[in-house]
Amino acid sequence: MKEKELYREEFEKEWRKELRKSIPVKERMKIPRQKMPEREPEERIKYFKEVNLGLTEDQAVEEAKRCLDCANPQCIKGCPVRIDIPTFIKLIEKGKFVEAAKKIKETNSLPAICGRVCPQEIQCEKECTMKKATGVPIAIGNLERFVADYERETGKVDIPEIAPSTGKKVAIIGSGPAGLTVAGELIKKGHQVTIFEALHKPGGVLVYGIPEFRLPKHILNAEIDYLRRMGVEIITDFVVGMTATIEDLKEEGYEAFFIGTGAGLPNFMRIEGENLVGVYSANEYLTRVNLMKAYEFPEYDTPVYKGKRVAVIGGGNVAMDAVRTAKRLGAERAMIIYRRSKAEMPARVEEIKHAEEEGIEFHFLTNPIRYIGDKNNRLIAMECIKMELGEPDASGRRRPIPIKGSEFKMEVDMVVVAIGQSPNPLIPKTTPQIKVGKWGNIEVDWETMQTSMEGVYAGGDIVRGGATVILAMGDGRRAAQSIDRYLKDKR
Amino acid sequence: MFKIIKRENLVPNIHLIKIHAPKIAEKCKPGQFVIIMPDEKGERIPLSIADWDKEEGTITSVFLVVGTSTFKLSRLNAGDSIPSFVGPLGRASEIDNFGTVVCVGGCYGIGAIYPIVKALKEKGNEVITLIDVRSKYLLYWEEKLKKASDEFIVSSRDGSYGFNGYAPEALKDLIQKEKIDRVIVVGCTYLMYKCSETTKPYKIKTTVSLNPIMVDGTGMCGACRVKIGEETKFACVDGPEFDGHSVDWEELFARRKFYFDDEILSLCEWEKRLI
Ligand SMILES: Cc1cc2nc3c(=O)[nH]c(=O)nc-3n(C[C@H](O)[C@H](O)[C@H](O)COP(=O)(O)OP(=O)(O)OC[C@H]3O[C@@H](n4cnc5c(N)ncnc54)[C@H](O)[C@@H]3O)c2cc1C
Ligand SMILES: Cc1cc2nc3c(=O)[nH]c(=O)nc-3n(C[C@H](O)[C@H](O)[C@H](O)COP(=O)(O)OP(=O)(O)OC[C@H]3O[C@@H](n4cnc5c(N)ncnc54)[C@H](O)[C@@H]3O)c2cc1C
Ligand code: FES
Repeated sequence: MKEKELYREEFEKEWRKELRKSIPVKERMKIPRQKMPEREPEERIKYFKEVNLGLTEDQAVEEAKRCLDCANPQCIKGCPVRIDIPTFIKLIEKGKFVEAAKKIKETNSLPAICGRVCPQEIQCEKECTMKKATGVPIAIGNLERFVADYERETGKVDIPEIAPSTGKKVAIIGSGPAGLTVAGELIKKGHQVTIFEALHKPGGVLVYGIPEFRLPKHILNAEIDYLRRMGVEIITDFVVGMTATIEDLKEEGYEAFFIGTGAGLPNFMRIEGENLVGVYSANEYLTRVNLMKAYEFPEYDTPVYKGKRVAVIGGGNVAMDAVRTAKRLGAERAMIIYRRSKAEMPARVEEIKHAEEEGIEFHFLTNPIRYIGDKNNRLIAMECIKMELGEPDASGRRRPIPIKGSEFKMEVDMVVVAIGQSPNPLIPKTTPQIKVGKWGNIEVDWETMQTSMEGVYAGGDIVRGGATVILAMGDGRRAAQSIDRYLKDKR
Repeated sequence: MFKIIKRENLVPNIHLIKIHAPKIAEKCKPGQFVIIMPDEKGERIPLSIADWDKEEGTITSVFLVVGTSTFKLSRLNAGDSIPSFVGPLGRASEIDNFGTVVCVGGCYGIGAIYPIVKALKEKGNEVITLIDVRSKYLLYWEEKLKKASDEFIVSSRDGSYGFNGYAPEALKDLIQKEKIDRVIVVGCTYLMYKCSETTKPYKIKTTVSLNPIMVDGTGMCGACRVKIGEETKFACVDGPEFDGHSVDWEELFARRKFYFDDEILSLCEWEKRLI
């Protein structure tokens, strides 16, 4: 494979050889994993400032030294977009931070974001040789974040070379990580790129879902500015399917389309009392707080209920974000209600750890069965049932089974339902030529990311259901390559 | 940014706003709505589309000043801009030849019912427009609506104009006088509720344009959920029009009051900043 040869070529370079020799493996293995500074739990729950503070330059170099620069690096295999991890880490060891950032950007255009939100423990860091040898992997995510922040903060982000204009117009629908990636790739190839976004701000989940304390908005804004500087046009307040359909846009001269509309449809459990005042979907709760800045109410006009006894249903990143948000908005008890046990929680390990430090209560093997309201339809309590784990289900996780007679009541004044989202149905509904699967996900050819409609591609959560930022970006890269080929062949 | 072409005080507390949005004007149909943000720090609020002009590329809405966002909107003028204006949202009204249709409009709904009246008339219905006002001085668009309908009735609660009483009573009179095939109500929640109660015993299909609290307006948050029969629906994508006889009104009234205290606080803070 070509990719592999490239890694090999970097690996064989003289400077790499020298660097490997400069510190014996044994010494490297003695260096402890560098702990990223973070705000103290008692402090950080008072506001929305970012919890992690980032490695210092010395720490980054020290951490980079831990990397053994393996001849057959396993970490790359764990990365969905195959970043040349050893090369960027060794560049850090040499103090070449900007070059390291550029190296990552060859395959991942949003490193400052991925360094913060990727589940490294089940990707690159899981495969790391040091993890296998000592149990403690190289902090690849923290290093990725470090170089991306360094590049941005020192103002060394260059606009890449843009190919001569091809005069072809591409429409990208949705401005989440998938859409942003496609835009960045295609603008470089000289196409005219327009992103259409339904909300008033671009970024998708990165702007409306993931809170400031985990992903500061200024980082996302810098990435979006960068795209704009490259020439990408972003039109907000434009709901494709309503403001104009794909067919309308075709008439306006758009020749290729990418659908990255995400998994925006919130799932509910369909249990009694779910429409009581005080029961939120995670999307609504987080959108009010993040996109509409309800945490700065009344400076900003959008209110959000500040529950005192808050139960968040679910065990993923969305649930963690919601419960930690509730804590920051003054909840006395902020609880996670999860039907399986801690081992099955899909959230990133770091988020669970941070939540624990912040005093979040975890109620495992528990599931709500109904919500109870007062005479004004306001939530005052919920009834739960205890669960036990049975045989593994299709996802490989053990299936939770309710324990008869274990029902009990809990006093709560706010509930956030964070049990997942389904693909956004708007585009398939208004463009019936696009084939969808059983769960409403758009079907694509995984090689090219093309949908059943010619010239229309899709990727990210609209195809996968709720997945991850890096997978959305990976899809975006592949789709961009196909779109470029499609447009060139069409000529 | 979207440009305001006109902002006019129609009657006390009710304003008209006309905005340059050619794409929306190109696409919109009766019964749909837009979401508007009065300024960068503002809330996203839904407003029904009361009129549009494809040539001019404009959308007109009529709004009642009730809280911070509508207050802010009422202080904008032609030439000003707003940061966000998105639409057309929601499903269009069902427009068909039903026979004799009563279109009831009250408050902002006097404006918002207009495109529906027009479209129903064009489809060949016998359209009776029934307008609810507290008093004569709160009536607007009288000529416009009269021209678009076959029969035009105003009911005023103080008896200052037309029928003396509340619109649902006038509606009941109409039903007893002639055969009504369908009723459509746009306006405040209480009016829609009362009209639905009125028509229920007569089994006349009654469509209401619900106005729950919304955030995105695209089906992404579920703030707008309403119970219709046994099912929960998202008013922004499944509605806003629903069968008035199946709506869980108690739930809707409660959900609309969710932020009552915050809304008052927000308004007080905003007013403080004005002084
Ligand atoms: C609270 C939360 C926390 C998460 N935490 C993590 C994490 O820590 N790590 C991780 O890897 N992943 C995380 N995820 C998942 C990750 O964010 C998603 O997998 C990813 O954002 C998907 O990207 P996307 O580009 O497919 O879609 P999205 O980010 O969902 O963006 C889709 C965009 O399309 C717009 N859109 C939809 N319909 C239309 C239309 N008709 N016209 C125009 N625009 C439209 C939407 O408004 C939205 O802006 C989290 C998700 C949530 C909700
Ligand atoms: C589909 C739809 C169409 C509508 N069309 C119109 C219209 O054409 N003209 C008009 O004047 N009003 C219309 N409304 C109602 C309008 O959106 C609210 O009056 C407005 O949001 C109030 O905002 P505020 O900040 O001024 O008041 P607030 O102080 O926020 O609230 C005052 C009252 O308005 C209601 N309200 C608050 N926020 C919302 C919200 N986001 N959505 C709905 N109701 C809310 C609440 O019940 C509250 O008691 C419509 C609502 C919907 C859902
Ligand atoms: S307003 Fe968010 S789903 Fe309807």
